[in-house]
Order: sequence, then structure tokens, then C-alpha cells
Amino acid sequence: MAEAKVVKGPMRGRAMGPRPKIENPGKILKRILGYVLKNYSVHCVLVLLCIVGNVLANIQGTNFLQVLIDDYIEPMIGQPNPNFGPLLQAILRVAGFYLLGVLCAYSQARIMVNVTQGTMKRLRDDMFAHMSRLPIKYFDTHTHGDIMSIYTNDIDTLRQMISQSIPQMISSVITVVGVLISMVRLSIPLTGLTLVMVAVMMFVTKNVVGKSGSYFQKQQAALGRVNGFIEERMEGQKVVKVFCHEEKSMEEFKALNEELFDNAYNANRFANLMGPINAQIGNLSYVLVACVGAILALNNVGAFTIGKLASFLTFNKSFNMPINQVSQQLNSIVMALAGGKRVFDLLDEKEEVDEGYVTLVHAKQENGKLVECKERTGMWAWKHTHQADGSVDYVELKGDVVFDDVDFGYTDEKMVLHNIKMYATPGQKIAFVGSTGAGKTTITNLINRFYDIQDGKIRYDGINVNKIKKADLRRSLGIVLQDTHLFTATVMENIRFGKLDATDEEVIAAAKLANADGFIRQLPEGYNTVLTGDGANLSQGQRQLLAIARAAVADPPVLILDEATSSIDTRTEKIVQDGMDKLMHGRTTFVIAHRLSTVKNSDCIMVLEQGRIIERGTHDELIEEKGKYYQLYTGNAIAEG
Amino acid sequence: MVTVLLKQVKEFKKDSIMTPCFMVLEVFMETLIPYLMGRMITNGVEAGNMDYILQTGGIMLVLAAVGLWAGIMGGKHGARAAMGFGKNLREAMYTNIQTFSFSNIDKFSTASLVTRLTTDVTNIQNAYQMILRMCVRAPISLICAMAMAFFINARIASIYLVAVIFLACCLGVIIKFTMKYFSEVFKKYDDLNASVQENVTAQRVVKAFVREDYEIDKFHNASGNIYKMFVKAESMIALNFPVMQITVYSCIILISWVGANMIVGGALDKGDLMSLLNYCMNILMSLMMLSMVFVMITMSMASARRICEVLEEQADLTNPEQPDFEVPNGSIRFENVTFRYNKNSESPVLDHINLDIKSGETIGIIGGTGSSKTSLVNLISRLYDVSEGAVYVGGKDVRTYDCETLRNEVSVVLQKNVLFSGTILENLRWGDENATDEECKRACELACADEFIQRMPDKYNTYIEQGGSNVSGGQKQRLCIARALLKKPKILILDDSTSAVDTATDAKIRRAFATEIPGTTKLIVAQRISSIQDADRIIVMDNGRVDAFDTHENLLENNVIYREVYEAQTGGSGDFDENGGEQ
Repeated sequence: MAEAKVVKGPMRGRAMGPRPKIENPGKILKRILGYVLKNYSVHCVLVLLCIVGNVLANIQGTNFLQVLIDDYIEPMIGQPNPNFGPLLQAILRVAGFYLLGVLCAYSQARIMVNVTQGTMKRLRDDMFAHMSRLPIKYFDTHTHGDIMSIYTNDIDTLRQMISQSIPQMISSVITVVGVLISMVRLSIPLTGLTLVMVAVMMFVTKNVVGKSGSYFQKQQAALGRVNGFIEERMEGQKVVKVFCHEEKSMEEFKALNEELFDNAYNANRFANLMGPINAQIGNLSYVLVACVGAILALNNVGAFTIGKLASFLTFNKSFNMPINQVSQQLNSIVMALAGGKRVFDLLDEKEEVDEGYVTLVHAKQENGKLVECKERTGMWAWKHTHQADGSVDYVELKGDVVFDDVDFGYTDEKMVLHNIKMYATPGQKIAFVGSTGAGKTTITNLINRFYDIQDGKIRYDGINVNKIKKADLRRSLGIVLQDTHLFTATVMENIRFGKLDATDEEVIAAAKLANADGFIRQLPEGYNTVLTGDGANLSQGQRQLLAIARAAVADPPVLILDEATSSIDTRTEKIVQDGMDKLMHGRTTFVIAHRLSTVKNSDCIMVLEQGRIIERGTHDELIEEKGKYYQLYTGNAIAEG
Repeated sequence: MVTVLLKQVKEFKKDSIMTPCFMVLEVFMETLIPYLMGRMITNGVEAGNMDYILQTGGIMLVLAAVGLWAGIMGGKHGARAAMGFGKNLREAMYTNIQTFSFSNIDKFSTASLVTRLTTDVTNIQNAYQMILRMCVRAPISLICAMAMAFFINARIASIYLVAVIFLACCLGVIIKFTMKYFSEVFKKYDDLNASVQENVTAQRVVKAFVREDYEIDKFHNASGNIYKMFVKAESMIALNFPVMQITVYSCIILISWVGANMIVGGALDKGDLMSLLNYCMNILMSLMMLSMVFVMITMSMASARRICEVLEEQADLTNPEQPDFEVPNGSIRFENVTFRYNKNSESPVLDHINLDIKSGETIGIIGGTGSSKTSLVNLISRLYDVSEGAVYVGGKDVRTYDCETLRNEVSVVLQKNVLFSGTILENLRWGDENATDEECKRACELACADEFIQRMPDKYNTYIEQGGSNVSGGQKQRLCIARALLKKPKILILDDSTSAVDTATDAKIRRAFATEIPGTTKLIVAQRISSIQDADRIIVMDNGRVDAFDTHENLLENNVIYREVYEAQTGGSGDFDENGGEQ
């Protein structure tokens, strides 16, 4: 199990640890860069130029040190009336270059803000849009926590990489190259010495990193154990209290915590070696260069001067810095690639396919014939454009649903519904009953094509549902789910979710129909009360009433109701029940029933068991039959197993 | 807040002090090197003194070596101090949480406690290490470099002083604005993520109403706003680096000019000029480090606050000073009990409850959601304290008992129950550590759990996964009942504990209770009338009050609510397929 990642907002909590292994990092990097370049290629070129400009400005400044000492100061020493004019000019020129460098630095940073944030926005938008079009299956197979983590943690690592790591890497590389060239120009032997010290630094770093890596893995494992323990025990803290297990719980925790400390200490101890070792090897390099350079200058070997030594020493310092930075940035790039992989995995998920071509249109009767029209008439028709000859048929939407020998499984290996045959004529009420897991909810999910069937046919007004455009199919079906989900918005907007262009009056009428008007008016701001946290401040019953109102405002010809099992008290239940009844009136309704009254006034009851319809008929017929339904009804069912 | 946290440093105080000391030593070594280098140029190269060069070079190498040692030691102690601090923080929080009463736990919520114990501690631990190693190092380095610069040449050093003050002011302003902008952005950003979360959970609703495009549009707007805010905030940060550069470059230019003049005038030598330029870099680096540390500290402030809240939380329910260790019998009496979860809330959850239950009685409790059934039974084992009145168990006020004694004698099977990862036997022994295998089996037989345990591959040694994910809801409930039975309590409370168990098994469990543990007082909270109708007496709860307390027959005759529920469940519109819970 993955540990809980609760990181909110960017820049908070960056994990340190072993580098995760990723397959094909080059491909992911290319894709990320491609994403950036797609809209910001000009920006990126500018940024690149700015980086080069900044580095060059810096290098020319350091080079000037040599010129300053050798060409201006040396000759002037001892002169009775030194002429500072040329020096002033030279200094002003350098200052000019510096100014350009600073401008470059600012432009780079400022442009990168737009590039980074723009790319982030596009990524987020693309991810959200893509996610919205994924089939329900995706949400079944991925935990919400994992999906959320892509939007927060993974996107964050990408931001880090685009805004900082990549520009810094580029600037480091350019700096290294530029400095190297300058150093070679100043003194080849000293350059060699510097490079030897860099090699030593890299060698030591590699060894230390290798050592600390194994400790980091141990630390991660120990951290996982501690976090797992904490999660479980916090979840069960009340049980711990009831069983007076506090002391024991403490002991177990202390042992795990101690183990974590040991591993974390070792891992960090080694990681902490890196800083001082690198710094001091850098110092060592500096000292050695100073000594050797001093000797060279003293003996004037290869025209080496103090000015050159001064410049060289500064280069020596600025040579080590980018090398350290590269190794630091490498870590966050690897993390970003792992994050990028998850982002692209989401973007690569297959969207819900829809090859349906039958659409839903407003219609009216004209001379006994059905014709399409723009305005809302309360009458709907399926517009069936024949693919062969382009001719158009209109079929009135009535709500006639037929299941013909339907088999279905969430995976191809395991079928959960077998040979389902049923029909519902317009205005009929079909109830599904059966124990949990019998397949009631699954059947309703097939009508609106949340899932596609493996075998058989589902017909809607005589049309195979596969031929109907999904959006239109779903628009014709109203649905009240077992768990009500509400959005952060006003009550009004939440109900209007069912029909976006509904007027306030329509919304209120729907709320009245659903028996929701009463409690809504008692809310602090009435219909304008803002609901937050999935309607956390409402009771279960009130949330259901809102869901009913939402379906009511959509006014669909066919309804799918999943009655809530959760226990609401008898009185609220009556209000909800009453609202549902009003909604069902005059519509074809599929209801997953948990209440006897609902079942009793159904036109047909389907009793499901293990994915099969085992009994069907009206209440009276089924009671007569004395089968499973009778057992359920009289409450004498003996559970199998 | 800081003092509360720092209290937890404890045995790592030594390390916490050693770390900055070593860092300071490292800084000293580092600061001396450029100075010696300058001397080497002047007295060695310019004076043509080879010995001096070698001698100074040797000293510098020694200094670098000492610096290395100091750095390594600092890193070592720093790691120990920070990781130890983290360990102590976790332990202190965990210990304090163990003393929490139910209402303390309610206040925090499980998820937030987990975050505080994990992510927040990690943040603080990293920040602490950073502070120990950098917070002292950066200013000392700044001061040392400055001091050396003044020592070499006060006139030039005063340029640095001005530059540092200028830079500090600029950075201060930048940080102030960024902080302001960012706190706004982060709030919006969290909102955006909250809306993603909402869409993920409500995906079926969105799809069912074909509102994908509507939600996408909404999201685009929100993300567009965030984009603008981020750009505004980060544009401020973009100033950071150029401002630093301009300061440094100005220094270099000024020093070059002033230095050149002074050298020519004989007031300065070339070696000194080089040392001074070096210190310029050191000063800049320490300033950059300081601003980084500052950002790090502000970012960890929120974590620090959350940890403190847990550490400072006082358990609001404590053991009496002279506790009673003897519960004489299983009788229960509520005397004028009023209870509120929150002292300030107006309407009480339980309102003037008076009840008298004899030892060994079986009592059913029924009522709608929110009628406070659970609150009522939670008072008996003193999981919460009453606001007014008193609850008596075995004739004594529950507040006079030792909590552990009371809870061992009053065994509650909670509504939201959990099993822990471990074998079934280990889980059962939470009830009684010393229970033999036979005793465990016996309890499971009573709870009708033995039958399914026997069918498991490893029987009683079957490993239960975290959260009990490999047993069904009904099996979990039966295991929880068995666990509670192992306490051999005088009072057994089942809080809606058989809701996922089928009716037949439910009835079997109740029969077993009646015949096998007749002396135990049993309280059964249930939604299903069938679960309680055989009880000696039944409490009907409504809106925090006892509506009636009588036998099934009498209630059916006299109580409106009870009759309503009964009719709803058996004839009218009751739960229909509840008994299908067990697969």
C-alpha cells in the first residue's frame, strides 16, 4: 500500500530519498520538453539567449580582473602622474556588460515564470479535460488519493523541474564550458590541476552517495512501517481506548520509531558528508591552485602573472559551483520524471469511446408526422441518420427499454451478469431486489452505458444503445445515485446542475416537487446557501432530497433510482419517499429498491441473485410463488454459507 | 510555539549545540583561507619569497583539513540532532494522543492526526537540520567575511556594508510581497485541488448529467485565475536573483576602481584586493543562504503549528485521584443526565435522561439517526463525560472508577469498529492478553465467528490485513464481538454491531448470549426491530430523549414511534434487503 501523501499546494514537503527507477527516462523528458516548447518555443529561445548572455557577462567580469591588475594597475604603479582615464573607460565598459547580464538574468527569470505557469495551466487543463472524458472504469481502478496525487505532488515536481532544474542545468553547463575555455586561455597546467580535483570530488561523491543510498532505502522502509502503523492506529484509536491498549500501543510505536531513527540518522549522516566534502575539496583545489599559481607567477613560467592568477582563482571557484549544482538538480529531475510519467499515464488513458450517431432532438407533431424543432416542446425524438444513404428517421422518445440476453463482467474473465432479459414499456416502474452484490446497480449502469456489455443487446425505443450518442443517451435518463454528491456551490446551482439553463423558478419548482423546498428555505441563505465539502453541513436525508430535485429539474423521460440503504430516520424517510414517488410519476423508472412500499407498487419486480434474474412478476405473484422474494419479504431468509 | 517544540529536543541537546559549533569552526577555516591567499600573493609572489609561499600553502591545507573535519562532524551531529528531534516529536505526540479522550480525538479527526504525525514531523525535522546547520553558519560567515574585509581595508569594506544593507532591504521587500501573494495563491490552489477532488468523487454524477464540458469550462476558468495569480507572485521572486547580481556587480566595479586607485597610491596591495574580492563572494553566498533558510522556516511554520496543537491538547477526561478498582455488578443508572459534545452548543445531545437498568438485564435501544443512541451508551464506559447529572455503574458514579477497570468491565463493541493487522488470535487477545486458544475459540463460537474462521486456510492464525480488508463486513463485526467478549465484562454493549450480519446469524448470536452469559448486562443498539424485540426491555430514543422504556409488547401497544418503526419494517416500507449483507 502506498503511504498517504497529503501535500497541499506547491513547494510544501519535498521528499528526500533514493532515486526511483524509471523506464525510458529520455522519452518522458522529451515529452515534457515537447509540452513546454509547443507553446513557448520563442520564449525558450529567448531564455536560452539570456542564459548565455548572463554567463558571458559573468565571465568577462572575471577576465577583467586579470586586465585590471596586469594592464592597468601594474603599469601605473610608480608613475608620478598616473592617468586613470583609460581605466575608468575600461571599468565603465565592464559595468555596461554587467548591466546587460543583469537584464538577461531578469528577463530569463521573468519569461520563465510565464513559461512554467503557462505550461502548468495547460497540463492541468488537459489533465482535467481528459480525466472528465475517461470511462467510469478508470475511477473504479484508481483510488481517489492516487488521482489527486497526480494533480498535486506530480505536477509539482514538474513545476520544479521546468522552472528551476532545467534552466539551472543549462546555465551550469554553459558556465562550465565558458569557464573551462577561459581557464585554458589563462593557464593549461592550472586547468589540469583543477580538473584533477573535480575528478577527485566526483569520485568521492559517487562513493558517498552509493553508501548513503542503501541507508536511504532502509530509512524509506522504516518510514513506511512507522507511517503504516500510525495510519492504522489513528484509525483505530477509539478501539485502543476502549480496550485500554494505550501502554502496549506506545511500546510498539516506540520500537518502530527507534528503528526509524537509527536508519534516518545513518542515511542523513552520510548525506551530510557530501556538503563539507565538496566544499573542502573545492577549498583544497583553490589552495593548490593558489600555491602552484604563485610559484608559476614567481618564476614567470609561461608568462603567468598575478593578474592571471587572480582571475584563475575566481574561475576555479565558479567552476566547482555549477558542478555541485548539477548533481543537486539531477535528483529533482529524476523525481520530476517519475512524476511526469504518472501525469502522462493519465493523459494516455483511453478516453471513453463513443461511436454512437443517433442523437436526441426536440420534436413536435406536424400533420401526424414527427419533425425536429429548435424550441423545447416537452417532446423528444431520436434522430437516426442512416449511414448508408444519409436519410433521416425520427423515432419518438418514449422510454421503452429492452435487455436481450445481456452478459456483462467488469473484466472479461469474470461475468457478473448472465442472460439478463427484461423489458420495460413506457411509464412502467421496474424494481430490482436482491442481496448486496447480486448485480442490481450494475444493470442500471448498463442502461446509461457507464459500462459496455460483453454479449447481448440493449434496446432503447427499439434502437441499439450502442448506436446512440452517449451524451444524448444519458441526457434522456435521469439518475439519482445511492450516494449523493454535491458540489461546492450554492444550493441553487447544485440543483441547476440537472439543467443548466433552468430559471430560478424552475429550480424552485423542482425543489418543491422533491420536498426539498422546506428545508432549503430554513438554511441561512436559503437557495443561495453555499454548500461545501460535498454538502457536509446537510443531513443524509437532505442531501438525497437535493439529488432528487436535481433529477427533477432535468425532467427526463426515463429515471434510474438507487434508493439509499443508509438508515435515515423514519420521518425523513417518508419525506424522501414521497419526493421520489412524485418524481417517478409518469416516467419509465428503474429502481433499485430497498423499501417495501417502493417494491409493492412496481409494475414488475426482478429478483436478482448472483447476476441472474431468478424471479420476476408483481408483488402478489411473487408472494404466491413462495420463492426467494417471499423469503426476503417475510425476513426469514437464511443466508447462504 | 517554539518553546513547546524545543522541549522535545531532550537527549539530543548536546548534538543540537555541537552542530552549530562545528559549523562555526568550519566557517572560520573558510574565512581565513582567502586572507592567507592574499598574504601569499603579496609576501610570496611579489616579494619573490618561495619559502613563504610553501609555508602559507601548508597552513592553508591544514586549515582546509580542519574545515573538512569540522564540516563532517557538524553534519553528523546535525543528522543526529534533527532525526532525534523528529523521533521525540513523534513519540511525544503519540504519547499525548494516547491520553486523548474520545472528544479530543473527534476534535482532530483521524486523517489530520496522521498528517501531523507523518508529513508535518518530516517537514519540521528537515527544517530543524537546516536551521542547525545553516542558520548559524550563514550569519557567522557574513560577519566573519565582513570583519576580515574591515581588517584588510576599512574603506573598501564599507562598500560591502552599504551593499549588504541595500540587498537586505530589497530582499525584505520582495519576501514580504511574495509571502502576501503566495498565501493568496496557495489558498486558491487548494480550492482548485478541492474541486478536482470533488469531480473525481462525483464522476458518476457528472457523467450521468452529461456535464463534462460544463465542469471543464469551470475548471479552465479557475485554472486561468490561478495562472494569473501565480505569475504575479512569481514575478516578484524573479527579481530576487537579478537584485543580488546587481549588488555584487556593483561591489566588484566599485572595488576595482577604488582598489586600483589605492594600489597605485600605495594604500593597498594586490593580494589584499584579491582577498577582498573573495570576501565579496562569501558575503553574497551567505546572504543567499539566509534567504533560503528564511523561506524554509516560514514554510515549516504551518507544520510547527499543527504539531503544537497536538502537543498542547489537554486530555479532557482524567482518572480520579483515588480511583475505585472494583465494579460490584452490572447495573446501570442514569440520573438526570444531560450531555453536549461541545460545551458551548445550545441544544444538548442527551436531555435529562433517567434510566435504571438491573444487572443481567438485556436492553434494546432503538431510534432514528441522530436520536443519540450511540451517545447514550458511550457515557456508560465513560468514553465521554456527562455535562450534567451522573451515570452510575454498579451503584457508583463512573467518574470514581479507574478508567481501565471500568472499561474492562464495560465492554463496548463500537459502531465504527476496526481490526488491526495481525493474526486473528492476536486481534482477539486485545480483549484479554492472557486468553488461551480455547478461550478465544469459545468467544468466537459465541459470536458465531468460529464457523467462518474454521473455513479459512490458516484458521485462527489467518493474517488480517490493514483495516481488515480481507474479511467481509459481517465477519469483521463478529470478530469484534468475540474480541469484546474475551474481556468477560459485567456489561456488554453492542452499538449497531450486527448490521452487516444476516438475520439468522444475528438471532443465533443473541440466543447464545442469553444462554451462555446470562449474568452479563447486555445493551443492544440496533436499527432492526428483529434484533431487539426479544430484549427484556427496550429504550426508544427520540431527539436526545427517552421516549419510552418498556417491553416489546407494551411499546407496540402504547408507543407511537415504536409502532411506526415496527410497521414500517415488517409490513409497510421498511428495510428490505438488509439481511442480504452476508455473502
